[in-house]
Amino acid sequence: MPDTVPAVDVMAADSTVGEPAINIAIFGFFVLITLVITFRASRNNKTAADYYAAGRNISGTQNGLAIAGDYLSAASFLGIAGAIALFGYDGFLYSIGFLVAWLVALLLVAELLRNTARFTMADVLAFRMRQRPVRMAAAISTLAVCLFYLVAQMSGAGGLVTLLLGIEGEAAQALVVVLVGALMIIYVLVGGMRGTTYVQIIKASLLIAGALVMTLWVLGKYGFSLSALLGGAAETASEQTAPVDVLAPGAQYGATGTSQLDFVSLGLALVLGTAGLPHVLMRFYTVPTAKDARKSVVWAIWLIGIFYLFSLVIGYGAGALVGADEIVGAPGGQNSAAPLLAFELGGSVLLGIIAGVAFATILAVVAGLTITASASFAHDIYASVIKKGEVSPNGEVRVARITAVVIGAVAIGLGILALQAGLNIAFLVALAFAVAASANLPTILYTLFWKRFTTQGALWSIYGGLIACVGLIVFSPVVSGDPAALFPDVDFAWFPLKNPGIVSIPLSFFLGWLGTVVSKEAPDTDKYAELEVRSLTGIGAEKAVQH
Amino acid sequence: MTPPTERRMLTPEEYRQAQDSPEFTELRRRFRRFAFPMTVAFFSWYLLYVLLSTYADDFMATDVFGDVNVGILLGLGQFVTTFLITQLYVRHADRNTDPIADEMRDRLEHHEYARETPAVDGGTQGATRA
Repeated sequence: MPDTVPAVDVMAADSTVGEPAINIAIFGFFVLITLVITFRASRNNKTAADYYAAGRNISGTQNGLAIAGDYLSAASFLGIAGAIALFGYDGFLYSIGFLVAWLVALLLVAELLRNTARFTMADVLAFRMRQRPVRMAAAISTLAVCLFYLVAQMSGAGGLVTLLLGIEGEAAQALVVVLVGALMIIYVLVGGMRGTTYVQIIKASLLIAGALVMTLWVLGKYGFSLSALLGGAAETASEQTAPVDVLAPGAQYGATGTSQLDFVSLGLALVLGTAGLPHVLMRFYTVPTAKDARKSVVWAIWLIGIFYLFSLVIGYGAGALVGADEIVGAPGGQNSAAPLLAFELGGSVLLGIIAGVAFATILAVVAGLTITASASFAHDIYASVIKKGEVSPNGEVRVARITAVVIGAVAIGLGILALQAGLNIAFLVALAFAVAASANLPTILYTLFWKRFTTQGALWSIYGGLIACVGLIVFSPVVSGDPAALFPDVDFAWFPLKNPGIVSIPLSFFLGWLGTVVSKEAPDTDKYAELEVRSLTGIGAEKAVQH
Repeated sequence: MTPPTERRMLTPEEYRQAQDSPEFTELRRRFRRFAFPMTVAFFSWYLLYVLLSTYADDFMATDVFGDVNVGILLGLGQFVTTFLITQLYVRHADRNTDPIADEMRDRLEHHEYARETPAVDGGTQGATRA
């Protein structure tokens, strides 16, 4: 860590902050280390369980760190800090929703899922249903959530690079996104789930350590008094060109009845989304037993919670020490709050470290998303639906690897497009959460706990939730009819809210219930007995692979 | 989705027997008795916090000490309750559900639920032993 850093004044070159050479060197170092580890991890990749689930040999503690690494995306680090810096209290809600959501996963989902499924979310959803239609539906919604999330991360990568390397041209930015995508594909192809897990563990440790340093530094400047820090943030905020009250609720969402409802809708999507995120669910399969799954969630909750407490300090610190005007004016917009604060505190070396960590963050998260999406396609759509189970595990893994390359390419393309829109990353991720909460969570809960639930109910809640959620986003001010929209020049927005959760989540629960009570088929009670006994006792759960 | 590595797969009949057994009823009751009310509790508390932040912003902006207001304190309170519920759940699982689950898993592995129908071996397997 840098102790005394002469703050090189490169701020004058207003498009770049810090020394690009330092940033690139630190980031390159991370890439080198993780590539070495990934290649070492690849030696043990033999079976499908190795590729998809790291042989189920990851310990609870390691998996807790890896979950934190998977979950603390660029959205958490850059987006939340930026939202708190600009809107104060309203940004704080993101972190609270992201954290409390883990209780759903801990109490209702993690262990039961580990006990009953093998590789994907569809394994548990199709457990007691007609396999092919439910697997198809679950795989489609998995791919949808992963793509939303990937686009958010890719757009974050582009924004970060603009800020840190002084790369302004669209072609150069696109090149960086291609580079990120290529690295991500290498991690996934070579390392499989084990390599991806190690990358996430390293990244989570670096991220939490980096955030700790910045937190202590900021608090040190305010005599370790939260009140003084808040006071400083309020004072700076009142001096900006557009002064806001960053301590009270409402700076971002308080203006109208619609925006207030949007805030509630966002809160709902955040708290119900986590336990339906396919890449988070898939991490539970990497541990040997349900007890380890529990242990990993407990670790994850503590790590993530502590990290969000750091983000609160970092966000208000950026608001106080950097100021909203400079953040908004920076190339990365509000996502640049944390890097700008790092530069303010520790000059180009701290900035380089934080930027390297943020970049590592994006790499690790996109790798996790890619392996999840490719596993879902290969295991659910290719092996079960297309080949009707008549496929060797090696053939399945080969398809998964090919899929990873395709998804990587799609993500690169969409990421380059998303770069132009300039939305807050935390906001984009919140949309992925809304899709997960609408399409996945109701079906998971019904499957695990409702005896009468049928195939038709599952299909209605997955497709109903997915279509309602994505449809409402398409017709919302996020896509059109707003200066900040994806297509600002046209207006086909008739749904007033930017986050559809408040409509699509209850709708999905309702459709799951309705589809079940009107279906003609009787629920498969034998399979429900098996599911229930397995989920609570752990009998028949997939064992770890011995090497 | 039962793995082929099991020595002999459990039959649907065995799963039915296990599901109907008093110890499983107790295991399910203990699991749900904690998880369901706790879910309702933390969800309501979170929703209350979100609604207060949205519709009672004057109240939330009330300073408690220095520049720390009610909203920040309640927000930090969400962190505290999340950590607390996590640890309570771990304790509950260790003490109340894991012992039954472990015992049942062991008996299922030995296919004891298959021959239990007319209580062959005199009931040494206590239903409530936990």
